[in-house]
Amino acid sequence: MSDAYGDRGNKDASITNPKGMGSAIPQHSGQSHAAPGGPFLIGDGMTAGYGNGPDILHDCTIAVDQGEIAVIVGPNGAGKSTGMKAVFGMLDMRKGHVRLDGEDITDLSPQDRVAKGMGFVPQTSNIFTSMTVEENLEMGAFIRTDDFSDTMAQVYDLFPILKEKRLQAAGELSGGQRQQVAVGRALMTQPKVLMLDEPTAGVSPIVMDELFDRIIVVARTGIPILMVEQNARQALEIADKGYVLVQGANAYTGTGKELLADPEVRKSFLGG
Amino acid sequence: MDFLNALVAFLNYVFVPGVAYGSQLALGALGVTLVYGILRFSNFAHGDTMAMGAMATVLMTWLFQGWGISLGPLPTALLALPFGIAFAIGLLLFTDRAVYKFYRVKKAKPVILVIVSLGITFIYNGVTRFIIGADDQNFFDGERFIISAREFKAATGLAEGLSFRTTQGITVVTAVIVVIVLFWFLNKTRAGKSMRAYSDNEDLALLSGINPERVVMITWIIVATLATIAGVLYGLDKSFKPFTYFQLLLPIFASAIVGGLGNPVGAIAGGFVIAFSEVTITYAWKKILVYLMPENLEPSGLVQLLSTDYKFAVSFVILLIVLLFKPTGLFKGQSV
Repeated sequence: MSDAYGDRGNKDASITNPKGMGSAIPQHSGQSHAAPGGPFLIGDGMTAGYGNGPDILHDCTIAVDQGEIAVIVGPNGAGKSTGMKAVFGMLDMRKGHVRLDGEDITDLSPQDRVAKGMGFVPQTSNIFTSMTVEENLEMGAFIRTDDFSDTMAQVYDLFPILKEKRLQAAGELSGGQRQQVAVGRALMTQPKVLMLDEPTAGVSPIVMDELFDRIIVVARTGIPILMVEQNARQALEIADKGYVLVQGANAYTGTGKELLADPEVRKSFLGG
Repeated sequence: MDFLNALVAFLNYVFVPGVAYGSQLALGALGVTLVYGILRFSNFAHGDTMAMGAMATVLMTWLFQGWGISLGPLPTALLALPFGIAFAIGLLLFTDRAVYKFYRVKKAKPVILVIVSLGITFIYNGVTRFIIGADDQNFFDGERFIISAREFKAATGLAEGLSFRTTQGITVVTAVIVVIVLFWFLNKTRAGKSMRAYSDNEDLALLSGINPERVVMITWIIVATLATIAGVLYGLDKSFKPFTYFQLLLPIFASAIVGGLGNPVGAIAGGFVIAFSEVTITYAWKKILVYLMPENLEPSGLVQLLSTDYKFAVSFVILLIVLLFKPTGLFKGQSV
């Protein structure tokens, strides 16, 4: 009973609507200021946790540069997704900075980071299930006031299946198609950097390969991609830069090839 | 056997009143379902929002009547309706700013807001009665009938008359227009789509740059409009009495839940299901049966399944039956 505004164990959906409720994403937003130099996007020396909880990240650094794919891998509970969310401003940062394109954005709320050019695809609930594919893409472009039909055509070129199903409710699509909708939605803002939280979670190996191909295509258009992956081996194969996190801290860092070749990394995380 | 007379009696006593009442319930249920979908709680203050909006309209109507302004055959209340809507919008936006926002900022769980809305109900209820009194108020003027029973009898030569009141006509026409406009808004406009997106997935809507405060504001404006229109139509059709609106809350919620909470199409369907079950179960069918049955089989009683006093019980039995077999309501809504 410590939480005065909690639900007191209420499960009655006839008076409260549990569907689609937001988690507490910070609304308040500070100022960004110029901080030139360094990689395109970097979460530098991040120590962070949720609310008043304990630190989950300990002096963790994640960066991605222009035209690169950076991949965060690591065992379960290593803080991979947490690291990504910290870069996106969804955690309380206690130490460290996030810089995007020569600007310090540590104090910005996630919404403002979207406006600054960060595209984020969450791991779960990353589409509007009750809306059509096309409406999902339109909502992705909500902050844009210009004509976004070009971008939509580009997204349809990238994911032809979405064009076919554009009038279907996104919730009726298969797992792989839903991930394509989610990535497409994030691309609609024409982001300067794309962050993907386990884009291949819960899809079949064939679909997974296809998704990786698409991600490489997106990266070739010049958008840097920061990605958390469960399938470490495949992800590192396409990665320009890899981060292995263990218990919320950087354990190994290097190019994808280096990490794949590193006997320690192979033994601990890649199954020999 | 007199099939034609039976049909006319059915239309006159069951169908026409059912359609009018169903439209009123549907408009009310739409408001409830929108708040449920977007603000994620059941707004118990909806009935009294209807009363407040209708009250403002009644007062404006009296003012216009005092000035001698009228719409000819149509009730003056239609002219006063926009003012009533404006008042209700102001009231709800003020309530949101003064009360609901406090809880929203604190990320209070919806069940807290349910109780908050109950408190608002009592305040609205008290204020309404304080301003206009607890009694019946009549604010209807203009032509009473589109088709009166006597004209109908004279024109057709049937023993049974069919009367179609102006208020019933206005109710149905207004409801159709409002529903079309609402669905166009929700499905075709940017603001409407952002409301659906926010209802579907709040976090993702936030990350897409949709401003939640704006969505909430638009929702209250629509809800105030729907509530006032429903309240005024009900008041014109029956009579304006503050307490009846509090009671109307019950069939309105039953309609929204039967149709599937959070689903606008369901709210409309639910409104008509509840309205028709209330009317058919509390209507004395003797008259129609007398026309339809051979003389020696005519019923001696009234053939009224339930007294009209129990009409609210009917909505809840229907609610129970629907939920037993379809927990998400008739249309795909939220599982209850």
